[in-house]
Amino acid sequence: MDEDSVDALVATAPDGIDFDGLHVGREEDRYTFETPEESHEDLGKDDFRSVATDSPYAANWYFWHATAPQAEPRWAFLRWLEGAESAPVPERYDALSGGRTTEWGELAVTVSLTEDGGRVYDLRHEADVGTAVDDLDTYEDPAAARDIAKHDDRGRYRPLKTAPSLQRGWAFPSLGPAALLEAVHTFYPATVQNWYREREGELDVTHWHETVERQTGIYGVVKTWDRGEGYEHVNWVAEACCDDSQCLKRREWGYDADTDLDVDGGDGEFPCREPCSLVVSAARKWTKLEAEEPQTYEFELTPSEKAQVEAIVDAVADGRAADIREADTADGANRYRARFLRAKLFDDDGNLCGVETDD
Amino acid sequence: MEEALVIAAHGSHLNAESSTPTFSHADTIRATGAFDEVREVFWKEEPSFREGLRTVDAEEVYLVPLFISEGYFTEQVIPREFRLDEWDPEMWDSDGTSATHATLTADDTGQTVHYCGPVGTHDSMSDVIVQRAKSVTDDPDVGEGFGLAVVGHGTERNENSAKAIEYHAQRIGEMDRFDEVQALFMDEDPEVDDVTDYFESEDVVVVPLFIADGYHTQEDIPEDMGLTDDYRTGWDTPETVDGHDIWYAGAVGTEPLMADVVLERAADAGADVSGAIEQVREETGNGNPATGD
Repeated sequence: MDEDSVDALVATAPDGIDFDGLHVGREEDRYTFETPEESHEDLGKDDFRSVATDSPYAANWYFWHATAPQAEPRWAFLRWLEGAESAPVPERYDALSGGRTTEWGELAVTVSLTEDGGRVYDLRHEADVGTAVDDLDTYEDPAAARDIAKHDDRGRYRPLKTAPSLQRGWAFPSLGPAALLEAVHTFYPATVQNWYREREGELDVTHWHETVERQTGIYGVVKTWDRGEGYEHVNWVAEACCDDSQCLKRREWGYDADTDLDVDGGDGEFPCREPCSLVVSAARKWTKLEAEEPQTYEFELTPSEKAQVEAIVDAVADGRAADIREADTADGANRYRARFLRAKLFDDDGNLCGVETDD
Repeated sequence: MEEALVIAAHGSHLNAESSTPTFSHADTIRATGAFDEVREVFWKEEPSFREGLRTVDAEEVYLVPLFISEGYFTEQVIPREFRLDEWDPEMWDSDGTSATHATLTADDTGQTVHYCGPVGTHDSMSDVIVQRAKSVTDDPDVGEGFGLAVVGHGTERNENSAKAIEYHAQRIGEMDRFDEVQALFMDEDPEVDDVTDYFESEDVVVVPLFIADGYHTQEDIPEDMGLTDDYRTGWDTPETVDGHDIWYAGAVGTEPLMADVVLERAADAGADVSGAIEQVREETGNGNPATGD
């Protein structure tokens, strides 16, 4: 612990300190310094400084009051990363000396101690934990997270920050606490604040019905999809967009305050407090499509062809189509298989089995 | 008391570069240290308009819409999504281009929000248009012998959209800098398709009043003006069309001096940022106000 930190402790002592097992006080010119491991009373200033300089409890106090960002959500998140509310200082410092890793979506944050009792944070993709930092592209400025977050490993734009498609191969090996929070914000905006609100029992959830009722302009049409005839359509939306395979937020909104959805909201660490702009935008499309009346069509398919159509829908829905090997004709969604089906069953206008689509 | 600047922009689900100018102007302002925090918030990206305010710690927020005109977004969407429940468009007391700011309280966070008019209608936007003309011609003295076209969307969804274009075209005309200045539109007369019909000058700088480059500025307008038959094959700057040299500038919102307009909006709402304004003008506009005042 350096001189400035000790100065701060001396200056705060008259107000009394009771933090993470450290108790400090001053009466007249005599100081007390107490931790679960040691107890000193009636110390002169020099002795007090000497005791404080050697104590991890004092350095810990300084970090949390002078170095760490003080805004409650940020502070609480940093505390959570090192298990500060449950692990006493010696145990915590033992864990931090080797680095303590916590996952946040696809991010992994590893907290370590600095020589002066502060903290340094390593941020990377959770799948890259264990990879030597020399094998990763390293960054210092949290703003570099913008470009990393923008595209997936295949170079496709990621409009949804919390989609489980964060690219790998990068690391921010030595961020300070404020820079770590900025980087986490850039990867997963507002997740720390909403997680904190939820912990405090103050998460302001806006449910589906309320969200669509609020829409205007080109999205105003979505409110016509709620017809007071149940919420099956919202189950389908949530299954399509909000499943853990699509978004790492844990869905906390339902149809309305009294009606949960029937599909899984996910296991994510941070909550989703209302349908996002992607959901509303997709819902606009479905509102229009679902206004159509079903028709009866007659197609002749072999059993394998019917199964193949289902396999193609599954492969696209699971984002698997691009991964199917070129020669894997056992997979119904294989490109050659799909091209054969099209060659055999589509007419020149792209109609399945030559059956025209009724408007 | 800590103060934050929040820049509200449209963003995109489809175009990865839509948000780039927003981040770039925010970075410029961040570097001045004029605000304790600067945060970018989006309609189509994250943090969303709904959750932007909770990501800044300051109790006092200057909220500047990075939009071109007053209308649907500035009057309905932004106040609603930011939960400025007391909002009423009358609070701006605007004729369509004269909004300055209104002070409100955000219902979900309790922050004091100075809700500013959009960047596009601020007087200093005229300077950015001129600066854009300087940038595209690489000539700080551009003006004499040149025509300038300011291009906008038109009234398709919002009559104030055309007002903002005409407002700046008129102001730049009054500077007597360019030989001719004309407002042109994508979906109404005078149309940008006929750009060469509206100018006698051989050289014409065309500046679209859009925040970000995208479909309109990089595909529609270049093809409509005849700069190219297919936007994918690109065009030259200048490109010759009907005997005129067209200097097509792309979206004005990508011009670095835009950061100044954002600051001016906050300053008009009471933020103490005169030093930052001077610094940003120096860094991004050669320190020369195009109006000469």
